[in-house]
Order: sequence, then C-alpha cells, then structure tokens
Amino acid sequence: MSTPNPTGSVAGNGLKLGVLLMATPLLLWLVLLVLLPHIDLLMVSLRERISYGKYEFSFVNYIEFFTEPLYWNTYVRTATMSILATALTLLIGFPVAYYIAKVMRGRAKNVLFLLCLIPFWVSELVRTFGWMILLRESGVVSHFLQWAGLVDGPVEMLYNDVTIMVGLVYTSMLFMVVPLVSVLDSLDDSLIEAGYDLGGNAFTVTRDIVIPHAMPGIASGCIVVFMLTLGNYLTPTLLGGKSSLWFTDQIYTQFITRFNWETGSAFGFLLLVLSSFIVWLGLKLSRQTLSDTVG
Amino acid sequence: MADLKLNQIRKSYGAVDVLHGIDLDVKDGEFVVFVGPSGCGKSTLLRIIAGLEDITGGDLLIDDDIVNHKTPKDRGIAMVFQSYALYPHMTVYKNMAFGLKLAKTDKAALDERVRAAASILQLDQLLDRRPSELSGGQRQRVAIGRAIVRQPKVFLFDEPLSNLDAALRVQTRIEIAKLHQKLKSTIIYVTHDQIEAMTLADKIVVMNAGQVEQVGSPMQLYHHPKTRFVAGFIGSPSMNFTRVKITASAGETVTVEMPGGATATLPFSVPAGDIGKEVELGIRPEHVELDRTGDLPVTGEVEVVEKLGDSTYLYVRLENADRVTLRAPGHSRVKVGETVQAAAEGGASHLFDGAGKAYRKTNCPAQYSADE
Ligand SMILES: Nc1ncnc2c1ncn2[C@@H]1O[C@H](COP(=O)(O)OP(=O)(O)O)[C@@H](O)[C@H]1O
Ligand SMILES: [Mg+2]
Repeated sequence: MSTPNPTGSVAGNGLKLGVLLMATPLLLWLVLLVLLPHIDLLMVSLRERISYGKYEFSFVNYIEFFTEPLYWNTYVRTATMSILATALTLLIGFPVAYYIAKVMRGRAKNVLFLLCLIPFWVSELVRTFGWMILLRESGVVSHFLQWAGLVDGPVEMLYNDVTIMVGLVYTSMLFMVVPLVSVLDSLDDSLIEAGYDLGGNAFTVTRDIVIPHAMPGIASGCIVVFMLTLGNYLTPTLLGGKSSLWFTDQIYTQFITRFNWETGSAFGFLLLVLSSFIVWLGLKLSRQTLSDTVG
Repeated sequence: MADLKLNQIRKSYGAVDVLHGIDLDVKDGEFVVFVGPSGCGKSTLLRIIAGLEDITGGDLLIDDDIVNHKTPKDRGIAMVFQSYALYPHMTVYKNMAFGLKLAKTDKAALDERVRAAASILQLDQLLDRRPSELSGGQRQRVAIGRAIVRQPKVFLFDEPLSNLDAALRVQTRIEIAKLHQKLKSTIIYVTHDQIEAMTLADKIVVMNAGQVEQVGSPMQLYHHPKTRFVAGFIGSPSMNFTRVKITASAGETVTVEMPGGATATLPFSVPAGDIGKEVELGIRPEHVELDRTGDLPVTGEVEVVEKLGDSTYLYVRLENADRVTLRAPGHSRVKVGETVQAAAEGGASHLFDGAGKAYRKTNCPAQYSADE
C-alpha cells in the first residue's frame, strides 16, 4: 500500500508549479479586483472628511447608519425580503428541478431545461421591463381585468412588495434550478424506489431521501440566489420604484447622488458583512460546509 | 408468508411490449429464480411484483388478493436492489431501521429487530459505519438486512451477486441459501447466471424475450427441457445441437438422418406429419463419452482441450465441419489434433421440432431423468 515512490516528490513539485501557474490569473483576479477594492472600501468607510483633501480616522459613517432609522430599516428589510425571495425560489424551483431531473426522460428533458433558460437570453433590464409592461396601470393585465369586467378602473400593480417579490423570484429562478437539477440528476433512481419499497410515500421519501441528497445543491442554489437578490439593484428599483427601500439603492444614492463615498463605502461594507453572516448562518443551520456546496 | 400468483401479466413501455402474458404460481416458502438472458424482462417482472412498475395487463395476486393497484408499502414485499440502494447519509443501523421507522415501529422493537438481523448477517460490528466505509459484500448484507428487518411476506432479489467478485459470489450465494432455510420465507430471485439459478432454486422460471419458456425444478429443466432455448440455456458448457432429418416414425421411436448421412433410431414420439422435416438434435457434452459405441457415434479431430482438473472438455470438429463439445475424465491425455471416437446413448439426447419445441421422449434411462 505504501510502497515508496522515488519519483513521487519530483512529480509532486512539478504538479505544484503547474497548479500555481494555472491559478495565477485567478489569484490576480482575486487580489486586484476583489481583495484590493474591498480593503480600500473598508479604509474609505473608516475616515471622515474634515475639509478638502483632508481626512481623519473615524467611525462616523457607521454611527450614521445606526442612528438613522431609514438606513437600518432598509438594511433589515432588504435582508428579510432576500431571505423570503430565496425561500420562495427554492419552493418553486425544487419541484421544477425534480420534474426535469427525475420525471422527464430523453429529449423532452433537454427541451424543458432549455425552456427554463430562454428568459435568460434577454437582459435582466428587458425582462424587468416585460413585467412592467404587463403590470403597470395601463398595462396588459390591467386592460384584461377591465375588459373582463372584474374591475371598474385601471389597476396599478407595480410599486408594491408582492411585485418586487415576483420579479426577484423570477430573476433568480435559473440560479436555483440549475444546481438542483444537477444534484438531483446524480441521485440514483433506485434510492428513491427503495424508499417506496421500504414503505415510504411521496412525502417521507422526499423528506428523508431526496432532500438530504440534494442538500449541497439546495445550499449552493440558495447562496447564489440570496447573494444575487441582496445585491440586486435593477429589479427592486424598477418594480418597486421609490417605495422599494432596497439597500443597494441607498448605496447608489450615497455614491452617485450625494457623492458621499465615505458613507457609501460603509454601507457597501455593511452589506458584505450582512451577506457573509447570513450565508454562514444558513450553512451552519443546514449543517453544510462551503466545500460540500461547491464540490 | 404468502402465496403469489401471476395471471397473464403484460407490460408495455409505450409501443414496446416487454412482457407478453406471464403466468406463474409461487407457493409459500418457495425459492423461485427467474433466469434468462439480459433484456428478457426479468427485472421488469420483479419490479411489477414489487409495485415499482404499473401493470399493463393481467393480475397479480398475493394470498388471493389482487394487488395490481396497491402501493409497494401495502404489498408486504421487500426488495433487495442490484445496486444495493443504501442511503449514503445514513449509518448501517439507520439504513436497516429506515423501513421500520417509516412504519412507526416503537423504538424498543425496532432496535431489537435491527440487532437481530444484524447478528444473522454478522453486521453487529458495523452498525455505526456509513455505506461508503463498507466493502461490496458488506453492503450487500446491509441491503439484505434492510429487507429482513421488515419481516416481509416475499423477498425480491434483483441480481444481488452481480457486483461481487467470483469468490465472494459463491460465498454469498451459500449465505443466501442458508438464510432461506432459516427464515423459510418466499423468495423471488433474478439472475442471468444459470449456475446461481441451479444451485439456489426450488423452482426455476426460464424467461426469454418477455415470455416464460419453462417452469420447473433445476433437475427437471436440466433433464427435460421443453424447448430448445431452455436446453441451450441450462447447463455449462451448453448442449450440442445439430440439424437432422426425420426419415421414419414408428410410434415410440423415430429414425433420423444425421448430417453425415448415417441414420440413428431414437426414443421419441414424433407425429407422422413431421416425417421429412428438418429438426434439431441436442446432446449434452457430459453425455458424450469417449471410446465407446452407442446410438449416436461421433468421430472427429480435437481442436481445443480445456482441463478443469476433475474433468476435461474437448472441442471436436467433425468431418462435416460441425462442432461437438464432449466431456472426458480429468486424467484424459487427449491432445489437440488427435482424432477421437465417442458416442452417446439415444436416451440422453433431445429432439426439437422446427419451432424449437421438444418431442416427447418415450424411453428415458434413469440417469437422464429427473424422476426420483
Ligand atoms: N423504463 C423503460 N422504458 C423502456 N424500455 C424499458 C424500460 N425498462 C426496461 N425496458 C426494456 O425492457 C426490456 C426488459 O428489461 P429488463 O426487465 O431490465 O431486462 P432484464 O432484467 O431481464 O435484463 C429491455 O429490452 C429494456 O430495454
Ligand atoms: Mg435486470
């Protein structure tokens, strides 16, 4: 079993160098585009502008966040809405993924999978405008309801939380379905059949066999969807308008409208902390590790 | 404990018919083996019995109840899957307890039954392991244990030994036979391996292309195959076949013309209408003996010699280019290229008509008969 391999160390070193070379672009990308900007973000967020070109170390940006209810209300609201959107996406995506992976066979399966992809061939902006065309006061749904005699006047279906939620779930669906389909594809049919054979029904088999097996896919789908939702700017702003109260909108306002980079940075950093914390908590609660999820 | 009855069971996938009307009776406590070439529908039939596939036509009865539309859960049947189908996220104990947990068995009874099954299968030491930490043979035993704890009316096994290496396969085969003696439960076992079928079965069901060819005890199938397919499938090395022509039929005997032009008179009852027809004559390698004379003489050159220790198989090429396999004693010194003479008794042979159905043998010597 442990026969000494004289060439082992040489091969090992060669391998290491190869890996290092291949990983260089990745490392450069990580350092230059992820790590450095975030360190800078942290530094900027921890200074106070005294006068033109003069800065001092201070927590004032963070204090501002905690003392202004609008800010942290938006923060908490964004987090809850994102968690809810993630949960809804999972709830809708799971049966869809199960159907694609386990019920469909052969060609029909690929076709259905492609159909799920089609909405993503147009940009998020266009997709969201699509919803606006349907839901606005003078939109398709409103007209239809009036024509059918169900309502008296035009109805406005934009600019409320339900619409934001619909938009967010719709936008995220693919990112949930893809990892779920791939993890469910790897579940051997005989494991499911054995579950029924051992006296299970659809509910117990799903709970005790399918979900435990799909857990890594569920976790990775949820992480991606949660992060995308939390950091989404377009969908909440377009569908929710001014009432969207999405935290990214606050960051945008600080950076672009008010040109207050210090507060903007602090908010950006807080958003990063929030998403990291919730992802960590989610993994802890579901007893998954990040490596399970990725691998 | 249960009787099982299959009544004209048919199964189609879309336009493809897989099973064409299967009739079968399985008695309480019987060990029944479905055997047949790959793709003949054995697994499909087993899965129909388990309730994992819908029945297209016909009825399935357990203890005289039609169970066509009952879920697997309500049939009292436990299946051991070819791939074992153990749950990777559960320990051996949990895997074995899973069925009882679903049945809401109380904790103490559950524990007792799991431990009892574990001790029968020598899994006591492994209860806390995960399936990934077990060898193939151990996984197989867990899969069997998971079925045993449920105390089902019928056990179903789908090629349970096919993923094991040769030595382990023999050992596990013996364990399954012992288990059957101990539990005295009804077992339906699927395999494509005729040796497994011969060694384990009380009753063998030979299947071919979605149909039952013959049902019988291992010795009945060996000595009295009803079709050419069964004759060729059961026995190793398989039976020799040659085309012969019927020249005369006299009630209890028939005269056939062999490929070389010689004639032989054999103990079969052949209708007069079949005179002049080409039929097939079969004879098992172990029934052709060297250096003797008999109703069916064979002379030819040895092409291949296979020495198995206790016996030697000779692959002989006849003058008319037909090939015949015969069994010689283990101490035989016959070499490749030698010309040998051998012969078989007419009573050992089998005769099949154009459709592959066996003619009735009128006089069967005791050593070629399954009758006690
Ligand atoms: N789900 C299915 N859809 C279509 N054809 C199938 C399906 N399952 C099995 N078959 C076909 O049914 C036939 C019998 O299969 P099976 O019962 O697995 O054979 P065996 O177990 O004897 O090798 C095969 O020809 C196979 O291709
Ligand atoms: Mg099979």
